[in-house]
Amino acid sequence: MKFSENWLRTWINPALSSAELAHALTMAGLEVEALEPVAPAFNNVVVAEVLEVVKHPNADRLNVCQVNIGEAQPLTIVCGAPNVAVGVRVPCARIGAVLPGNFAIKQAKVRNVESFGMLCSARELGLAEESQGPLRQSSGQASTELRTGLWLLPADAPVGTSLRDYLELDDTLFTLKLTPNRSDCLSVAGVAREVAAIAGGKLNVVQAALVPSSLKETLSVKVAAAAACPLYCGRIVRGVNAAAATPAWMARRLERSGVRSINAVVDVTNYVMLELGQPMHAFDLAHLSGGIEVRYARTGEQLALLSGQTVELQDDMLVVADDARPLALAGIMGGAGSGVETATQDVFLESAFFAPDAIAGKARGLALSTDSSHRFERGVDFAATRMALERATHLLLEICGGQAGAITEVRGTLPAREPVLLRVSRVKRVLGISLDSAQIAALLQRLQFEFTANSPLPNPLPQAGEGAIAASVRHLSDEDFRVTPPSYRFDLALEADLIEELARIFGYDNIPAQPPLAAATMLLQTEMQRPLVRLRQIMVARDYQETVSYAFLDAQTEHDLCGNTAPVALQNPIASQLAVMRSSLLGGLAGALRINLVRKQPRVRLFETGACFTGAGYAQRERLAGLCYGSQFAEQWGAAGRNVDFYDVKADVEALFAPAVLSFVAATHPASHPGRSAQILLHGQAVGWIGELHPQWLQQYDIPQATVWFELDLGALTQATVPHAGEISMFPPVRRDLAVVVDESVAVQSLLDAMQAENAPNVAELALFDLYRGKGVEQGKKSLAFRVLLQDTQKTLTDVEIDQSIARLLAVLQQQGAQLRM
Amino acid sequence: MQELEQILDEALKQFAAIDQAAELEQVKARYLGKEGRLTGLLKGLGKLSAEERPAAGARINQVKQAIEQALQQHRETLQQRQLQQKLAAEALDVTLPGRGMGIGGLHPVTRTLERIESLFHSLGFAVAAGPEIESDFYNFTALNIPENHPARAMHDTFYIDGQHVLRTHTSPVQIRYMENNSPPLKIIAPGRVYRCDSDVTHSPMFHQVEGLWIAEDASFAMLKGILADFMQRFFERDDLQVRFRPSFFPFTEPSAEMDIQCVQCNGKGCRVCSHTGWLEVLGSGMVHPNVLKHVNIDSEKYLGFAFGLGVERLAMLRYGVADLRLFYEGDLRFLKQFN
Repeated sequence: MKFSENWLRTWINPALSSAELAHALTMAGLEVEALEPVAPAFNNVVVAEVLEVVKHPNADRLNVCQVNIGEAQPLTIVCGAPNVAVGVRVPCARIGAVLPGNFAIKQAKVRNVESFGMLCSARELGLAEESQGPLRQSSGQASTELRTGLWLLPADAPVGTSLRDYLELDDTLFTLKLTPNRSDCLSVAGVAREVAAIAGGKLNVVQAALVPSSLKETLSVKVAAAAACPLYCGRIVRGVNAAAATPAWMARRLERSGVRSINAVVDVTNYVMLELGQPMHAFDLAHLSGGIEVRYARTGEQLALLSGQTVELQDDMLVVADDARPLALAGIMGGAGSGVETATQDVFLESAFFAPDAIAGKARGLALSTDSSHRFERGVDFAATRMALERATHLLLEICGGQAGAITEVRGTLPAREPVLLRVSRVKRVLGISLDSAQIAALLQRLQFEFTANSPLPNPLPQAGEGAIAASVRHLSDEDFRVTPPSYRFDLALEADLIEELARIFGYDNIPAQPPLAAATMLLQTEMQRPLVRLRQIMVARDYQETVSYAFLDAQTEHDLCGNTAPVALQNPIASQLAVMRSSLLGGLAGALRINLVRKQPRVRLFETGACFTGAGYAQRERLAGLCYGSQFAEQWGAAGRNVDFYDVKADVEALFAPAVLSFVAATHPASHPGRSAQILLHGQAVGWIGELHPQWLQQYDIPQATVWFELDLGALTQATVPHAGEISMFPPVRRDLAVVVDESVAVQSLLDAMQAENAPNVAELALFDLYRGKGVEQGKKSLAFRVLLQDTQKTLTDVEIDQSIARLLAVLQQQGAQLRM
Repeated sequence: MQELEQILDEALKQFAAIDQAAELEQVKARYLGKEGRLTGLLKGLGKLSAEERPAAGARINQVKQAIEQALQQHRETLQQRQLQQKLAAEALDVTLPGRGMGIGGLHPVTRTLERIESLFHSLGFAVAAGPEIESDFYNFTALNIPENHPARAMHDTFYIDGQHVLRTHTSPVQIRYMENNSPPLKIIAPGRVYRCDSDVTHSPMFHQVEGLWIAEDASFAMLKGILADFMQRFFERDDLQVRFRPSFFPFTEPSAEMDIQCVQCNGKGCRVCSHTGWLEVLGSGMVHPNVLKHVNIDSEKYLGFAFGLGVERLAMLRYGVADLRLFYEGDLRFLKQFN
């Protein structure tokens, strides 16, 4: 909602500056988004008439003008504007004037001719001629280069009058950012009512004069959709001159509200909408056949709108029709075939109340947003509908002439305004401050709400001391109010709504902040879960940088890296590369890797946590994923430069899960090199993947070196068990090493598993400590060395016991095809 | 006995000139060894008379002790010197950089989230979570935003299908939590949310923290108290001014927008606060009775307040980030600044 402050001040004129008024509105919930002067500061500029134009004796492009500014003697002014001519009325900056940019006008000799002022263009005054709005320009410096010509004012502009007065430039534009519940402030009258509640003061309500009907003629109005249109008022006005000029004051107010002047009739309906909040429509009577009917559209009907768009009507769209066809989308926009044009002579004026439910969503469904639909879907004051018609008729006859017919009114069931209970005790509980009955009554009065109290209200007591306040609170604590919401408020149905109104007018800032009070109970912190905070710290400690990617990406990446052919897709993505939901964090990490490669980062180690989405049921799993590229260690003097590999990253994965022990099973994944890819199992359950990116993707995504990635189920990662202490052996462990040669194809884990399964006595630890290929080991084979620690908690082991266990382990290895290495 | 003085003098001089331990032991033999000069004198005692012998013996022993003492002293000196040399040879250039793995870091949004969570945790708020693909019912209807309500247009919703959206706020977690837990309740719900909007100040995905407190004595005054306290703690500024303005959210009544004094210019007016001196940081209000009704909480018995704050906004203000889009690019040069 945008309006001129001067207009508002004709309704209510509080003793507040523009800035104070804006602050008061903001703090009452009507946020003032912008506050701009209509014109920049300048002075001593008057309306002048050019009497004589003579070529400058010493300059081809200059003229010496005689200018009447309403004083006895005309002024001599040298002017370079090409459009200067005898008889034009233009702004004239007098000697002593200061124009925007601190440009002072002094008496000056221009090529030896004395000049006593300056004739101005709109730009020199910091204004754009068409809109009369402030000129947006970085420098306010008036310069002749910018000059397109003098600002030609209307021929009837009063000579000698200050331009600021004549054009009412001492005005400020208010732009309110209204919340959807405050449709009552979508008019100057509504804002004025609000200002009265906030700041006090007398409200000058424009009383619409009842226009006597001089025509007998009426148009029949039938409302078939009674619930959607509980009130319809209309009247014929014949003999209007739609070509009449819209009065300057009206055009100015419309413009300052951001509404373009169209023709006098349409301007009147728009003006009344801005003034009173009632959207109106004028039909050209000559284009109507038969009477008016408000009904739902029939499937198959079409309507060409004023916007030029033709709409296929649906049977849930409310229309205003005549006997032949739909004329307008009710409450949204008129039709092109029945609108008022300058040639129009007879009109049918409509002022109706369309129910919010009937309009809500319809305009948006058609990608239309009109001033009318904006108001109707939020709620229009149905008590002012008829009055607005009178007001519009009055203005129409005044400006365009003509004769008005009687008003036809069809009235159904208007929205109920049931009294709402407001309890003093509840006010105190909700707000946390004590407002007594008298204070509440005073606030309701400021809001001009109708209310009754269930016992007579006390006179506001002069509250001398605390005792007096306490006494009055006690006395009044059981007082209740019944408040009837006004017709213009569609957001007051519950006690809570009224409490907000009280708080708003009382001032949120006047409610003291109170430290919270609550029973102090400890929060459960289960040890059966590891917090995500800790997992992230493990990643950080292992040199991974966290990233956050969008949860949506392009379908191709999902397909390539995840083999996902049926991703969860957005119906309305903002871009095709953000069209489907990720089923894995890998796509985002790969994207971040590419960004960093483009930016010349040689080493990239990233991790991310977040939800991934799969399947028709939109399963959402939280995951943790990582990706490593480049050297394992940042380039440094003391460690060999070596690219990160599968086993480096495997160690990171194992560290994340520790002390739980994982198993890794070779398995293919669409993202990974088929020979360097594993599924990760925890207690036999699949909990993630690890692998080196497939060379095909490296090539496709311009990644020059091997990249290792992993992705883990966060649920599995956060599982933890409470530790349980066991017995520590007092006896020294014995170490035996077992070195064997096996085929390359034998997986080390299979040997370890087989040895574990043997359950040889006293084996405390089994681990691989060396892997060797090359000289001394046959091609196609590898040498493995296992460390075996043996220990008993009760005694020192004998050589016999040790040898027996080792023999059993060796036998197991040999069963697996291993040969003892000599 | 003139000789004894001479021996001692010579021995001390010789020792002092030696800088190798082995040489010292050789020289020692010349005095105290089997063939040593003192040993020779001691052997010669037998030739003396019984009267002379004790005095001469005592003199020789005195010299012998003096020599041994000098010997030991010099031995230690040499050892000490040798140790010093060894240590000097082993000295490292301690300015060489440390070796091996470096350290990573958290994303600034995570850093901010962890900070917010820990501040609310200190007041006893538990953390709750909910799905990001949310049903229309939880995202809107249960929060008192019926279909066609103009407030839906404010949300720029991403749709998955007719019944599912990407949640536009973390408020649905309130509903899910209240369905499954009985008051009194104190939770925050941090998480990702989505709006169909993208420019310098809007991201299609961002993070919110929703807060909810349901208790018999929850009040608007308490809401103000907690949130003012939070902002002052978050920015570590006890004198940070805050203000509350009436606003509209379908799921709270009364509703309030919270502004803080601009942390960039201390309220004087700058580009960051659009020259107003204030920054809008948070929406809040008393939980709407209709919302409580949806989850079968008796709004006569219990009152509640809720709030929702934008994590990126707080991170930008706290760490001086100018462009929202930097958070999601993954550029290491940006991210490493927060390690």
